[in-house]
Order: sequence, then structure tokens, then C-alpha cells
Amino acid sequence: MPVATRVIACLDVDAGRVVKGVNFENLRDAGDPVELAKLYDEQGVDELTFLDVTASSGDRETTYDVVRRTAEQVFIPLTVGGGVRTVDDVDRLLRAGADKVGVNTAAIARPELVAEIAARFGAQVLVLSADVRRRRADDGTPTDDFVMTTHGGRTPVDLDAVEWCARAAELGAGEILLNSMDADGTKDGFDLELIRRVRAAVSVPVIASGGAGRVEHFAPAVEAGADAVLAASVFHFRELTVGEVKDALRAAGITVR
Amino acid sequence: MSADVVVLDYGSGNVRSAVRALERVGAQVTLTSDPHRALECDGLFVPGVGNFHACMAGLAAAHGPRIIGRRISGGRAVLGVCVGMQVLFDGSTEPSDAPLEGLAEWPGTVERLPAQVVPHMGWSEVEAPSGSTLFAGVEHERFYFVHSYAVQDWTLEATGAFARVAPRVTWAEHGARFVAAVENGPLAATQFHPEKSGEAGLHLLENWVHSL
Repeated sequence: MPVATRVIACLDVDAGRVVKGVNFENLRDAGDPVELAKLYDEQGVDELTFLDVTASSGDRETTYDVVRRTAEQVFIPLTVGGGVRTVDDVDRLLRAGADKVGVNTAAIARPELVAEIAARFGAQVLVLSADVRRRRADDGTPTDDFVMTTHGGRTPVDLDAVEWCARAAELGAGEILLNSMDADGTKDGFDLELIRRVRAAVSVPVIASGGAGRVEHFAPAVEAGADAVLAASVFHFRELTVGEVKDALRAAGITVR
Repeated sequence: MSADVVVLDYGSGNVRSAVRALERVGAQVTLTSDPHRALECDGLFVPGVGNFHACMAGLAAAHGPRIIGRRISGGRAVLGVCVGMQVLFDGSTEPSDAPLEGLAEWPGTVERLPAQVVPHMGWSEVEAPSGSTLFAGVEHERFYFVHSYAVQDWTLEATGAFARVAPRVTWAEHGARFVAAVENGPLAATQFHPEKSGEAGLHLLENWVHSL
């Protein structure tokens, strides 16, 4: 039997609180990432990802505290990304209780960071978080050319996304979190062409992210080559439950836990 | 009296989850590098992530080989997890600038998984043998694996007078069949992370703690 396709819930955390509207009646405090992590765990989620969108470094301590409290209560893998710049940042997050750490902007600025983290902690802790956009033609229409962006998708970089993912995997990234900035927030489905292109270029696991809106969006991402599917807002707004996503994957003949 | 468990602290990755998971299932847990505490406790949990040889180096610096060897000679329980399991074999083909041998408690070499997608990352089924203590009640559950290397050939046979202590080997598959867990008298190990395997993992840890 193959390894089960993972369903991952992502939480945007700012200064220790979940951002983006969250509306769960059965939580004591819907803004507390730990409460939400426990709820997703009960729904059968396979992994959790915290994206730390905290702007000021002074609030980083709050993030470590959230990671610590989550690791004490939820016994499934936890990835933490956002603002990771150095090997020491990784060390602190792992010590706080993170299992994996996502790196994005800092790795583009200095690719050796990927190798340094992998050498010290192993490839399995390092998730390359790739925020990808389609290059626009002169008339503004999206092309099949994929480029990297940094700073949460705001800054385009002249770096081919497929080549960058392949290079990062060679340098020691254990996994690629592939986020389509074009699809993100549209709820029109994942960018399947992007998934296919990166799948063909790397042999490490690929997590599809960006664009999930309905249960039927998930199976095509897996068929395009994703080893895991990630969603944020559809879970937060209770438009979908983890169980419904898994039922849809199972109905499409895909192995889930 | 709850079991006294030491999680051996030799600088290996995220050990907080292991401590909390063992506490959750009723153990009295201490995270320490103190060799005396590690020798005298009811159960020793040996974590391990990252490179095999780097792990061996860290373990050696913490007197791990001697602690583990003496515990096993005395019939005292040891549970190795992930690379903490791999180091119990003869060695590993994982690249390293400073290659080291394993503890050779079991024959076998840790080799790269011949799968299309590596690391093997996620929840996989296991084939547990009948009579397993660790897997009692969770034989058909999935557990969380994250590794690129594994032992793919088990050769130790216990026959004749030793048959009654025959090791129980649990298998899983990713590109090839590999050893997912071993129960061998006081020495047990899992390639997956029970402390990250949700309810099934907690149940398995509870089985181990109750056996102490």
C-alpha cells in the first residue's frame, strides 16, 4: 500500500493569533492557533502548517510560545514557516517543538542557506516554500512560464520557478511547498500545470497549495503529481472539513489515512 | 507507580514532542544527558533525526553506546526511534564526511529507499507480527514516517534454544519493503515517529510504557 496522500491545514499566525477570519463556534478562542490546531487534529488532518506573518521581530517570542503550546497538545507533524532567515532561526523553532521549517525569501537571497540547514538538521526538516507566479505576456495574459516571488508574493524575482525547485531539492530541501500565487484566493482549483512541471523536475515530495475551493479540486492536484494537498481558508471558514476532502480523495481512488 | 522514562538528550532535533507524548500516556519523563539517570531509569527513549553518522557522533559524545549496551545486557528497556533505530544496526550507506559504524545490536545496513519520491514522508500502513506488544490494538493503523534510508533486509534468526526470544519484526513499504519496527527482548525500535502519529502513536507508546 502506498503512503497516504496527506491533507494539510495551514494557519496564518500574526503575533500569536490566527489571522484571516475564523468562525468556529465550538472553540473557546477561535483566534488561538492551538485551539484551531486541536480541532483540525480531531477532524483527522495529517499535518499542520503555521505561517508566521508577524512583521516585527519583537513578536517572534510569541510565535515560539505558540509552537511550544501546540507541540504539547497535538501529536501530529507541525511545520512552521515565515521569516526564517538563519540556521539559528531553524534551531529555535525545532527546539520549541516544530518538526519542519519552511524557508522562502531567505533561500532565494542566499541558496547556500538550504544546504546549511540540511547539513545541520537533515533534509527532512527543510520545506522549501515556493511562492510562484505565471509570467505575464506584454498584453497581461498569463503564460506557461513560472517565476518565483518573495515577500508573500508581492515581489517578483527573475528566477524560473521549476529550475529553482529542482536546485533547492539538490541543495537539500526535503520537500517543496508549491504555492500558486495566481490561484491563491481564487477558489477555482489548484494550478495543475505548475504541479506537473515541478513534479517532473524533483524527486522530493510536493505539497500543492493555492486555489482550493471545492472538494473536487483536490484529486486533480494529486493526479497531477502532488504528494500532499494544503488548504487554509476553506477550512477556516468551514466551507469544507478535512473529512469531506478525504472522502472526495478516497472516492477518486486515492489512498488517504 | 508510573514508569520512570528518560529521553536521552544528545542534541537531536525536536525531542519536546517525545517528552510530552510519553507524559500523556502516563510516564514520569526526564529529558537529560546524565548517563547515570539514563542507566537507572525503567525505560530509555533514544530519539534521532538527520544524518546517521552525525547522530552516531552525537550519541558517542553522550556515552550513548555504553549506556545502551549496558542497559541491554541488564535486560533494561530501550526504545530507539527513527535514526535512533537506525544506529542500532551495523552501519549506513548515507553519505558523510566522517562515516561511523552503528552500534551493531542487530545485523544489517541502513540503505537508501529505492522509491520515486524520497524522503518517504507521511502516514503508512505496517505489517505487525502476531504477538507484538508495541502494536497491540493498533495493528491496522497508519504511522508517520519521515526518512530516506531504512534497513531492507532482516537476517537475524533466533533458533534452537534462542527461539523463545526470537525478534518480532514489523515491515512497511516505500519503493521496497523495509523494517518499520523491531521488538527484541528489552530492545525495541521504530523507524516511524510514534510521538507524531496521533492517537495510534500514543497507543503504541502506552503499550511500551506499560511493558516497563
